Amino acid sequence: MTADDVKIRLRNAHKRFRGDQGDVAVLDGVDLEIREGEFFAIVGPSGCGKSTLLNCLAGFEHLTSGEVTIDGAPVGDPSPRRVFVFQEYAIFPWLSVADNVAFGLAGLRRPERDRIVARYVEMVGLQGFESAFPHELSGGMRQRVEFARALAVDPDMLFLDEPFGALDALTRMEMRREITRIWQETGKTCILVTHDVDEAVELADRVAVLSTRPAIVQRILDNPRPRPRDIADPECRALRTTILEVLGVGSSR
Amino acid sequence: MSESRASRASRGSRWPSPGRLLLSLTGVLAFVLLWHLATLGNSRTDIPGPYLTVQGLVELIDSGQLLRNVVASLFRVAWGFVLAVALGIPLGLSIGWYRTARLTLNPVIQMLRPISPIAWLPMATLIFGASTWFDASDLAAIFLIFLSSFFPIVTATASAVASVELKYLRSAINFGVRGHRLVTRVILPSSLPQILTGLRLALGIAWVVVVAAEMLGVQSGLGFQVNDARNNLRYDLVSAAMVVIGVTGLAIDGAMASLQSHTLRRMGQRMGQQR
Repeated sequence: MTADDVKIRLRNAHKRFRGDQGDVAVLDGVDLEIREGEFFAIVGPSGCGKSTLLNCLAGFEHLTSGEVTIDGAPVGDPSPRRVFVFQEYAIFPWLSVADNVAFGLAGLRRPERDRIVARYVEMVGLQGFESAFPHELSGGMRQRVEFARALAVDPDMLFLDEPFGALDALTRMEMRREITRIWQETGKTCILVTHDVDEAVELADRVAVLSTRPAIVQRILDNPRPRPRDIADPECRALRTTILEVLGVGSSR
Repeated sequence: MSESRASRASRGSRWPSPGRLLLSLTGVLAFVLLWHLATLGNSRTDIPGPYLTVQGLVELIDSGQLLRNVVASLFRVAWGFVLAVALGIPLGLSIGWYRTARLTLNPVIQMLRPISPIAWLPMATLIFGASTWFDASDLAAIFLIFLSSFFPIVTATASAVASVELKYLRSAINFGVRGHRLVTRVILPSSLPQILTGLRLALGIAWVVVVAAEMLGVQSGLGFQVNDARNNLRYDLVSAAMVVIGVTGLAIDGAMASLQSHTLRRMGQRMGQQR
């Protein structure tokens, strides 16, 4: 990897939280390099600190020590250049689908804004639902609105914090296909945090496997398989087995 | 799942079913019957029954007193309530949002809150007694209404703002929305259901307090009507005024409830099912 295609670099990242019984170490020296345009997955056991890691990348939280740089500059406050997609739907229940998608476009003139909204509503397949309110939509549709809202501001990268965690199994499969398609269409750098190994195998170019808390990176695995992927094919299954072994739950079959 | 939620949400907005209407009607009729039996043979200087009350009501309507007094009470409530909303919501927003404001203002507000507005009446007449550009007694009554609604509105708004979900704040900040735009675009709409509950409660209290406030010093309003009729030993007019107070209060609450349910329905919530 050459220096200039590195988009995000984490060096010796430490994060501690002050708890009732003294400090709790969450990240214990995490090193990562994520490339421009890459789909990068971070998997780890529940509560290992992977969401904290993502929050630090997004600027919602700050590292206790170590550094995180994006395009060579330290991460400051959250920015529309890097949009976070939440596990629980964070679209605004008081706004219609179109107004939600337009949320980050307040600075633009009306025709321009309408054009962008129409484009991303179409990209996520929600034409005809522009004036619907979130409570009238299914979970999968709400998550599509959130993706459209994120993409509408044309960010450099998306942070996906277990974005399908609240969905049922079938919708989750369907959404993985959708995200693969959208990622191929837009070329955004995507960082996905998940505890669902299949999800990581189907979506990511590379998968970082974290340890239990305090988290370090145990392994980074490549997945060069072309998309769309079938997680039932042998190479995907082999990768899945490897990830599970690194996680310490490998002999489940 | 979303379909069933939507249909349940809309059910509350329709007219009550015939069965429910019948039950409500039965309750009202039973009450009137009990009232009638308990006051059988009473004259208008005694506790009057339903029939005398209706006669009194007709008398009040015919003389034009009723309309005048209802309007006077509504006028005071409207002024006091609007002032309380105009000051209470911004204050509640800042107490809920800014730690410094909360630490500074909340103790004072929580200490003033349990003081019955009626206890303020002597102070109110003293404060506004010197007023020459407006009817002093009106101002005192409006001030009491203001006090009675102000504290519930501040408290409801502050707690609504404090409970705005982190994910909404974070996504707004993520899209570069900060400062007063964060208030108008996210904090206010997200706390609106809870604020509306507070407003409805406050208006209910205001209507209760206006009647008490009008018993001293003023020459109009439903509270004055009750007191005036009592002084003339016309208890039929007292009970007629009481009926009007009840029905008007019900109408005001109904209007607030429909505003509230309309707003909640837009957000996919039902009444009594808020975060």
